[in-house]
Amino acid sequence: MKLNRRLFLGTGIAASALLTAPTVWGQAKPKVVVIGGGAGGATAARYLAKDSQGALEVTLVEANPIYTTCFFSNLYLGGFREFESLQHGYDKMAGAGVTVINDIATAVDRAAKTVTLAGGQVLPYDRLVLSPGIDFKDGSVPGWSVDTHAEIMPHAYKAGPQTQLLKKMVEEMPEGGTFAMVAPPNPYRCPPGPYERISMIAHVLKGKNPTAKILVLDPKDKFSKQALFEDGWQRHYGTMVEWIGPDFGGGAVEVRPDTMEVVIDGEATKVDCCNVIPGQMAGKIAALAGVTDDSGWAPVDPATMKSKMDENVWVLGDSSAQGDMPKSGFSANSQAKVASMTIRGELTGSKTFPAKYSNTCWSLLAPDDGVKVGASYESTPEKIASVESFVSEVGEDAALRKATYEESLGWYAGITADMFG
Amino acid sequence: MRKGRSLFGLLFALGAFPGAAEEIGDADHGGGVFNKECAACHRIGPEAQHRVGPRLTGIFGRRAGSEEDFSYSKSMARMGADGLTWTLETLDAYIANPKALVSGTKMNYRGLASDADRADLMAFLREFSDEPQNIPEAEPTALKTNPDLSPEVLAIKGDPAYGEYLASECQTCHQADGSDQGIPSIIAWPPEDFVIAMHAYKQKLRPHPVMQMMAGRLNEEEIAALAAYFATLE
Repeated sequence: MKLNRRLFLGTGIAASALLTAPTVWGQAKPKVVVIGGGAGGATAARYLAKDSQGALEVTLVEANPIYTTCFFSNLYLGGFREFESLQHGYDKMAGAGVTVINDIATAVDRAAKTVTLAGGQVLPYDRLVLSPGIDFKDGSVPGWSVDTHAEIMPHAYKAGPQTQLLKKMVEEMPEGGTFAMVAPPNPYRCPPGPYERISMIAHVLKGKNPTAKILVLDPKDKFSKQALFEDGWQRHYGTMVEWIGPDFGGGAVEVRPDTMEVVIDGEATKVDCCNVIPGQMAGKIAALAGVTDDSGWAPVDPATMKSKMDENVWVLGDSSAQGDMPKSGFSANSQAKVASMTIRGELTGSKTFPAKYSNTCWSLLAPDDGVKVGASYESTPEKIASVESFVSEVGEDAALRKATYEESLGWYAGITADMFG
Repeated sequence: MRKGRSLFGLLFALGAFPGAAEEIGDADHGGGVFNKECAACHRIGPEAQHRVGPRLTGIFGRRAGSEEDFSYSKSMARMGADGLTWTLETLDAYIANPKALVSGTKMNYRGLASDADRADLMAFLREFSDEPQNIPEAEPTALKTNPDLSPEVLAIKGDPAYGEYLASECQTCHQADGSDQGIPSIIAWPPEDFVIAMHAYKQKLRPHPVMQMMAGRLNEEEIAALAAYFATLE
């Protein structure tokens, strides 16, 4: 080896080869850094490493050593899953060829192509993938701030201790008490999520506290799978759930955490448990990297998921502004595969194909009563556009609803295996 | 080649019965076909009981996998839950090639390739269903045909690299290691079975809405590529 190396260095031809074909001559492999280990980031990291078969150096930066999925966390609230069943480690990532660093990215220098971590480490990259999920817009619900009030009126919209706190609060509600949800404005993570959560909380209260009331205060005049949810609430929970849209003050809500009140169109109501799901924006690191626009989200090229602000940066999942796809784990996982394919194409010359995207969101209304909505998508010059869609129908028979629920369990097993290996 | 002919049967089934309730075939001859092909496992008539296979009395209009005291395959039960109902179209397709319609069926039968024999058998079975004049036909969507589709699609050699990329979309739900936890395994299938099944979804003969949507936007080469790729997984 030594002799060969000397020989190479000693000749002009070899020296110029070193300059023109660095990967062949043993210099560092192209580096991809992925920030965020959820449905977008974990999938992207695993597919990049797996499909490039060692040709890329893939590093995944994720704050939590154990990841708790936000999808299916409503089923935990409803008593259908154990909390631990939502938790996944990254131990199989190393086997797939991914280096996992448990730290928080605090800065991106796009000119120098580096990421700085809270622990001080600086990671150089050739391509950067940002998949940091959501952050909350402070001030979107008057009277509530994530830093001071999340322990009193939890959001439970990033799964973890917040989800456990909300479950405990629901279970400890006084007999005949009132639960209120402040639903988020569009766009937000998981469009049917707040309403599936209402179904799950109604299910718990129906068993433990059947005279309790549920108020949904909503700034939107319509919501995902509305007919299915309203039919399910009426069939399973009678008059327990009251949805208050913007026509009746649902869009002009203030909360008073100190006195446990919600103020609807100027009128204060005492509540016993309040779930505030505020307005949302891209995860903070996307803004710090300077790839978000005035909307708070990160615009991307529909064909590749590449940021419109930087040709070396990709943004996946909830943080991206791409067009018609909902912000969901399924969408993020789908987008990650397109991103992984295009990044590999650029760095290793592997073949690329036209992007295909898809999404399905299952929701549980009550035991064995599952519904779903989904669509397929393709890229157009302007956006990712819906091609075909379907949604469950009101009045489906019990066997189909049960099959839909069982299918959702299969999907959870499938997507988590696809994300974490 | 056997599968090639079966696919003809499947395509024929899609366009063969444009709603006319009478004149399906020769029921008397169909009785002979039943005795030869079906009677080893199935009984039919007012007093018929389940045997190896379920009783076939009143089969038309019945939800697949719905006889309460019969133990169906997981696959048949799933198709029933998804909405598969026995009509002239669906039953004809099933008898032509059972596994093309219900992948994991327990019915260990190679399929009946002759269009005429199936039509006669159908006429015979129909005599044991209620209100023969009012047998529900398949949804209008089931009559869609793909004029470009021919047995040659089975000869298409898929590009495995393309298949690998396309397969990543399937693997959000269908696990790469073949685990089946509510969503069936699709690995290690013979490629021809895979292609036929996907076209059955594409033509909305199989009922599942997610699969109809997924298959609906795949072209013949893409289906072949997927079949080629998944066949390699173990």
